[in-house]
Amino acid sequence: MSVVVRTVTRLLLPAVVMFGAYVVMHGHLTPGGGFQGGAVIASAVALVVVAFGARRIRRHKETLSVLEDVGALAFVVLAFLGIGGTFFYNSLAGTGGLFGQEVAMGANPGALNTGGMLPLMNWAVGLKVLAGLGSIVLLMGLLGGDDDR
Amino acid sequence: MRWLRIAALLVVFGFLVGAAVWTRPFGAPQAMEMDEHFIERSQEEAAANNVVTAVLFDYRGFDTLGEATVLFAAVVGVALVLRRWAR
Amino acid sequence: MIGNLPFVVCMILVALGLWTLMTRRNLIKLAIGIVLIENGVNLFLVSLGYVRGGVAPIYTYAPQGVPVNVPMAMPTPQALTLTSIVIGVATTALLLAFAVLIHRQRGTLDAGRIRELRG
Repeated sequence: MSVVVRTVTRLLLPAVVMFGAYVVMHGHLTPGGGFQGGAVIASAVALVVVAFGARRIRRHKETLSVLEDVGALAFVVLAFLGIGGTFFYNSLAGTGGLFGQEVAMGANPGALNTGGMLPLMNWAVGLKVLAGLGSIVLLMGLLGGDDDR
Repeated sequence: MRWLRIAALLVVFGFLVGAAVWTRPFGAPQAMEMDEHFIERSQEEAAANNVVTAVLFDYRGFDTLGEATVLFAAVVGVALVLRRWAR
Repeated sequence: MIGNLPFVVCMILVALGLWTLMTRRNLIKLAIGIVLIENGVNLFLVSLGYVRGGVAPIYTYAPQGVPVNVPMAMPTPQALTLTSIVIGVATTALLLAFAVLIHRQRGTLDAGRIRELRG
């Protein structure tokens, strides 16, 4: 792609990734969550593939595979942590520790340190969706051949 | 043959639109007990303001687990199909 | 009855997808038809969960009086539609990958000629 597209991509990429991380991180407070934030960050991968060509980031395919496995394993492990109650029991909610602050009932401004398991699961699923959709986009981009213009 | 196809499509289209018009009114769900339970309890049980996230990861976590499995299988399938050309 | 316009829009999307599936033979266009049907069904599920005058089922900066005075939309259809959307993206990627495979091996995207060129 042209130098204009490459420059705008360089400028825009941190903003896109940061917005995706924000959507994942505030998934238990605002609209959004792991799926949506992961899709936003995967669109950053698509932006890089369009602007710089898929050959440039081909070596990160293994990284994306590892990230997807880490996300899936973290999700299952977090689900097993609540096995004292049931599978997927929210064992961190309201304990006062990590993400364990009590929630004010009714409409409230929202505190980031609430939610129990939910923010951790949001991160796991966000990693998984980011890696999955990103690797699909990367594989589709690698099909084109040597069109690194 | 072509007119038969168009007629069949029109019948299906009429059935779909008629069902959409004559079904129960928009904005008035009938059975809301489960959703009212989720809306009332999600702040004390799941400690989350976002009820959708609470349903997704807490009350109906198995659905999310199966969905993650489907996503993983799809990624593996795409990688398997395209492995000859995308290298 | 005219208040059911969202359902009618969803059904028009589904009918357009069916029309695409019946009349087109290009594999990419078949994939587009499947995605149209899927989007219509997703939209239908979300609009089924709407409560008249309701707000989004999120307590952060919600209007005062939720959920007793101001109703909230149903959260379960929204959550399961989210699952359905992600599964739809995955299956669409798989469909397009198979289209690429068929095009590279048979040299055509026509669904009618793929059957003839077996072997």
